[in-house]
Amino acid sequence: MLLKGIAAASGYAIGPAFIMEEQHTEIERRELPAGEVEAEAARLQAAVQQAMAELEQIKEKTAAKLGEHEAEIFATHILVLQDEEFIGQAVQKVRDESVNAEFAMSEVTQMLVDIFSSMDSEYMRERAADFRDVSKRVLTALSGQSGTSLNDFEEAVVLFAHDLTPSDTAQLDRSKVAGFATNIGGRTSHSAIMARSMEIPAVVGTQNGSEAVKTGDIVILDGSSGIILVNPDEDTIKTYEEKQAKYMKRQEAMKLYKDKPSITADGHEVELVSNIGNPQDALGARNNGAEGVGLYRTEFLYMGRDNFPSEEEQFNSYVAVCETLGAEKPVVIRTLDIGGDKELPYLELPKEMNPFLGYRAIRLCLDRKDLFKTQLRAILRASAHGNVKLMYPMISSIVELRAANELLAETKAELDAEGIAYNKEMEVGMMIEVPAAAIIADQLAKEVDFFSIGTNDLVQYTMAADRMNENVSHLTQPFNPAVIRLIKMVIDAAHKEGKWAGMCGEMAGNLKAVPLLLGLGLDEFSMSASSVLSVRVLLSRLNREEMKQLAEEALNLETAEEIQYLIVDRVPAIQELTI
Amino acid sequence: MEKQFTVKNPQGIHARPAGAIMKKASEFAATQISLELNGRKISAKSITGVLTLGMKAGDTVTVSAEGDQAEQAVEAVGAVIESVLD
Repeated sequence: MLLKGIAAASGYAIGPAFIMEEQHTEIERRELPAGEVEAEAARLQAAVQQAMAELEQIKEKTAAKLGEHEAEIFATHILVLQDEEFIGQAVQKVRDESVNAEFAMSEVTQMLVDIFSSMDSEYMRERAADFRDVSKRVLTALSGQSGTSLNDFEEAVVLFAHDLTPSDTAQLDRSKVAGFATNIGGRTSHSAIMARSMEIPAVVGTQNGSEAVKTGDIVILDGSSGIILVNPDEDTIKTYEEKQAKYMKRQEAMKLYKDKPSITADGHEVELVSNIGNPQDALGARNNGAEGVGLYRTEFLYMGRDNFPSEEEQFNSYVAVCETLGAEKPVVIRTLDIGGDKELPYLELPKEMNPFLGYRAIRLCLDRKDLFKTQLRAILRASAHGNVKLMYPMISSIVELRAANELLAETKAELDAEGIAYNKEMEVGMMIEVPAAAIIADQLAKEVDFFSIGTNDLVQYTMAADRMNENVSHLTQPFNPAVIRLIKMVIDAAHKEGKWAGMCGEMAGNLKAVPLLLGLGLDEFSMSASSVLSVRVLLSRLNREEMKQLAEEALNLETAEEIQYLIVDRVPAIQELTI
Repeated sequence: MEKQFTVKNPQGIHARPAGAIMKKASEFAATQISLELNGRKISAKSITGVLTLGMKAGDTVTVSAEGDQAEQAVEAVGAVIESVLD
């Protein structure tokens, strides 16, 4: 049996399952005789005191195990238990309605949980867990029990639960709980966040995992891809044990490289940065050792809503990214890249026969000057608060580049006139994703500060093969000699003008491509946050001069297969780092 | 006395920053401090209130205060709202 969920904390757990039973005690409403009401209120207050004492202990243990920072959650939970608006209301309810403490407590909790449920952000909805957690603890205390421990197992188990509260999760002992799966929750729930910092593999949102699996079933939990295999055969277990061993070894190696520069064995330094779609991703980038942001996809600010984001909203998001990473860290903000596969209903664009070849990105922005200049203003203003760089998408001629730069100059003049601060030296670059741009890169390089190669689109346009069409997937991979030659042209053209060349397509984080790109002279590699550390480890084992040689040989090969074979053959470290 | 502040924490005001806001507000014993967002107004000294306000990145929150040191209180609480704690 195979269960699918959301990959919450990477790694592998193999072992017997343990199902944590939900204590579904119906809470009934009991009316109390007038004479017992005060005693009931006192019973509730005593239970709250007990819950606070337990939380105090959990807080201290968490601080010792995970650090003060993680323990702060429980400091807030204690504040919640001291809050008149929460506990005070429950006590008041006991008195006003002459009801039992359990009922009053659960009613008041439900009221607060309902407020969260109505919020539109998934992240804020997850916050209801804080109240459920403290409330559950008080209810347990009212029942005369103390909080249960989840670590009383003979051997390490894979824990299955409907949900785990933050305090449940913080108390897990890595030697007794190899991994856990919950039916509900998302990547941003407290239990998922804690699992990542505790390095316990976890899958959340399995829907019915705790019902489908029985205690004692042997399971493999793959927290990297979000799948769970139940009662697999011996061969599968063996395969996963090998993956697990390799994973652990790689994790150990990667830890040493988190805050290190990205430098080759012969001392050549490059920049490893991350692709992000929103301010929250910036945190993931930082935590994974990225040196900045090489592609901030601003279109997500415009999507999932029914009108354009204001200048202020955009400015706040851009500044939030700078502040999360630190003011000196580069943040390359790409202007709106809408169209193609990314639609914006309120823009009311006509349906196109070939959206990828149609009215999109800079083509649209140059027509919709109002829209474009609002974004340019927000980016320029943000440049006063961090190391912001601006990047245009989908440029295919120098005329487009000049038109965009002209609007930028106009916007700057307006800000000057209004006395609004921005970085006058802000770097301005463009993406190279259209073959036409790659071919005239020598001319374009004179009028920009940098290039960033968008390989996903560059490959599909160069090979004339739709990357969504599986029947032509053999053509849409980046090792095709035609693509490699274009990449070389772009990097050389940038360097000839003393500019830098980066890459923000998936290729930049592909371990097999990194040696070749290094040899071709790429200066900046932008990738998903989770790839940064493995690429840094790989770089540390590469020799720049040898990779230059390798790149030269690769350029003479005739097929994508030959090029890949050459790289894998020459760089054994790739196999070690690939899982 | 009131002033607007923008939430910059990419994760919004979750448990940890909410605790910091409430503690800062409580330092001003003789001041009533409120936060208002989307038409809901709560006391900044109530952790429940601060958490249930649901402040997320980019939200503009109105901080108001009455009583002693109203101005300092607004600035101090506003600074915590704008800080990036994770």
